[in-house]
Amino acid sequence: MPLPDPEALLARLVEAMRPDVAPSCVLVGIHSGGVWVARRLHAALGMEAALGTLDANFYRDDFGRRGLKPSVQPTELPFEVADADVVLVDDVLFTGRTIRAALNVLFDYGRPRRVRLAALVDRGGRELPMAADWIGGRVEVPDDRMVVVEQDAAGRLALSLTERDGVA
Amino acid sequence: MSPNPQLNPRGELRHLLSIEGLPREVLLHILDTARSFLSVTEREIKKVPLLRGKSVFNLFFEPSTRTRTTFEIAAKRLSADVINLNVATSSQTKGETLLDTVDNLAAMHADMFVVRHATSGAPYLIARHVSPEIHVINAGDGRHAHPTQALLDVFTVRHYKGGFEHLKVAIVGDVLHSRVARSEIHALTSLGVPEVRVVAPRTLVPPHVEKMGVRVCHDPAEGLQGVDVVMMLRLQNERMRGALLPSAREFFRHYGLTPERLALAAPDAIVMHPGPMNRGVEIDSAVADGPQSVILPQVTFGIAVRMAVMAILAGSAP
Amino acid sequence: MRLAITGGLLVDPAAGTETRADLYVAEGRIVAAGEAPQGFRADRVLDAAGLVVCPGLVDLWARLGGPGAGLDGELAAAVAGGVTRLACPPDSDPPLDEPGLVEMLARHADSTALAQVHPVGALTCGLAGEKLAELGALSQAGCVAFSQGDRPVADLVVLWRALQYATTFGFRVWLHPEDGSLARGGVAHDGEVAGRLGLPGIPALAETVAVATALLLARDTGTRLHLTRLSCADSVEMVRRARAEGMEVTCDVSVHHLHLSELDLGYFDPLCRLEPPLRSQRDRDALAHGVADGTIQAVCSDHRPLDEDDKQLPFGEAGAGATGLELLLPLTLKWALHERLALPSALAPVTTGPARVLGLELPSLAPGAAADLCLFDPGAWWTVERATLRSRGANTPFSGYELSGRVRCTLVAGRVVYESR
Repeated sequence: MPLPDPEALLARLVEAMRPDVAPSCVLVGIHSGGVWVARRLHAALGMEAALGTLDANFYRDDFGRRGLKPSVQPTELPFEVADADVVLVDDVLFTGRTIRAALNVLFDYGRPRRVRLAALVDRGGRELPMAADWIGGRVEVPDDRMVVVEQDAAGRLALSLTERDGVA
Repeated sequence: MSPNPQLNPRGELRHLLSIEGLPREVLLHILDTARSFLSVTEREIKKVPLLRGKSVFNLFFEPSTRTRTTFEIAAKRLSADVINLNVATSSQTKGETLLDTVDNLAAMHADMFVVRHATSGAPYLIARHVSPEIHVINAGDGRHAHPTQALLDVFTVRHYKGGFEHLKVAIVGDVLHSRVARSEIHALTSLGVPEVRVVAPRTLVPPHVEKMGVRVCHDPAEGLQGVDVVMMLRLQNERMRGALLPSAREFFRHYGLTPERLALAAPDAIVMHPGPMNRGVEIDSAVADGPQSVILPQVTFGIAVRMAVMAILAGSAP
Repeated sequence: MRLAITGGLLVDPAAGTETRADLYVAEGRIVAAGEAPQGFRADRVLDAAGLVVCPGLVDLWARLGGPGAGLDGELAAAVAGGVTRLACPPDSDPPLDEPGLVEMLARHADSTALAQVHPVGALTCGLAGEKLAELGALSQAGCVAFSQGDRPVADLVVLWRALQYATTFGFRVWLHPEDGSLARGGVAHDGEVAGRLGLPGIPALAETVAVATALLLARDTGTRLHLTRLSCADSVEMVRRARAEGMEVTCDVSVHHLHLSELDLGYFDPLCRLEPPLRSQRDRDALAHGVADGTIQAVCSDHRPLDEDDKQLPFGEAGAGATGLELLLPLTLKWALHERLALPSALAPVTTGPARVLGLELPSLAPGAAADLCLFDPGAWWTVERATLRSRGANTPFSGYELSGRVRCTLVAGRVVYESR
């Protein structure tokens, strides 16, 4: 099955979110793909607060098996998390484990009033009770494949499939 | 010569025993990871669950409240259970050997040992002895190495200077007895600092230190001229015995970092010290508390750096 | 017991020859080489095809004692290494400063009927460097020379008088040159490696100052001085000059120092903790050349078996020393290969050289010589490890090395005292 054009998915995601996301909400992208998506959403939706970025690696449940990723990024939430209306943004929604870890990060900064989730792609395969509030689209891929989002120098997004190494 | 005991067969960091022999990428990985942890230490809840359920043993054969505390805080912020042992005062005096002690603690399912020992090389002995899933961090061994101190020092340098490739750095004081200096030299040269100088009288410079890639300056005016970073070393009182120095006062007269001497350095030079400081011996209070001093930020960064080291080790394969 | 040793390569360092011939032994002595004497009937024939037959090795410095030690075991290790005579330094516990102790050691060694032991007596009581030991009585008890072991005499007046007194009676004095104050607290050569590893250093000066002092005092007193276990290039040069000026000084080096340098410390390998310390590569090369050109007359094992516990410690706290009796031959052969020496010259520093220092009959394969013999396979490779060593100690920096040269049979006074399977 050919993968959809991510730019089209992004456009659909923006339209889906626009009615529900007030400019006073805060966007938090999950490193790394989620940050790229969030940056585009942030511009398209005209958000007021600066974009937050979050790295969930320190909270991953597979640390004991896989160790620390070589590219952990600082978490930067340039706003008060307590009582904020947060929209988490990820690139590919899969098992739900990254979202679980991201929620934990978020809550260690404060108690948000509400957290919603936007994902560019939902590929199914959930292992935790997680659902997105908005998605750009769904794709069906075999279990042994990973959907990877990449960004080129011009900021354009691309989708590809790779071998799944162990656990997502 | 045996392979580097710090790295696993995949070249990942398994123990942190010395900066010497660590590839530049490994050092940068630690520094990058530490930067992420720095944001953790600055927020409301300063804890992440990475080492939940792991036991970190602070195994101090030589007393040092300060270093032990920073490791303890770092481990606790990673959610590890921390057990402090001051072995200097317990089992060693009852005839138990170093490795007996280690075996006993390993049997209590230790995951990580943070070792401070008065004898150079002791952490190597422990690292060679423990089973492969246990990680060892050298928290200072004799005159040999203090790798986490050196890492936090280069973290500080990068934080204020933005990089390494354009810097001149002077390390001033008792280099001969300093594990900090040895580790700093390796860290700075590995990260590409083009000019590292050691500044000390002849009695306090180790033999052939220039082979470690540094320039030896006995004259502090020459040593400090134009440097971007001044790293001071602590002068132990016992150096006055053994004819290494006449007195602390005389040392201060020739090598103490005064505002006048610091003026020889670049105008935006930063001043560092591993602590605890001897004010009026190696450093003037006006400098220690002055605008160029980054001595307190060093302490803050030290927690993040030690968190990074522990997290990377705990996640590495045997 | 009459023995015929057939088919071996006879290497005689005293004569400087190597010949393929049979050797005949009777009544503890060599009776003929080549043709058997008239009417000789061997009780036993030793097939030495492919083996070198040479005089038994003479080792100038082997410690046999130590806690929990069995003298018998170490003497068994000696003959397994082809060593038939060895000098034992006085710094045992207790030190050899009483004639009774020396006699006891000699009697015990004799009773094993293995290698012959030549005790070196203490120069001062308790090796404390204060009061002279009873050198005359000790000599009578069998001491071949007098020494302080590794304990330097700090007080130069005491050392000066000790040399004067020993020389009165023609006693030999062996000194291990190391200045106690310059070496104090040190655990490794004060060079590049110790500087990097942060190990307290023993400067070369600690040795060269002591060599200079010993040479000046010996010249003044006319002492027959032997310097044990040199480790520095400058020491070798000083001895070379003194000998060129006509001084009768002799010296030796440990076989470890012919091969290893400070670089072998690696990451604090406690097995490389030796006394004197492993020094620079320049020092090592000077020692190796010094033996080759005859400035250094003997290569010793510097044998010191230690328990594993003594080495399972941080470098600076680990016991100093290595087991060496069984490595003396293969490591000497390795040195000779490097120096491109033929077998007679290769074996001189472990046979005739040390025998001269001890004042013994020169080991040789000539008829009439004592049948102290070593038969070894020069091409046999073996791995140095616990399982291949007889000594109580497996502590050697060569642990895990493959070495060539394996002793197959050792004879003392015409008796087979060691045979490998």
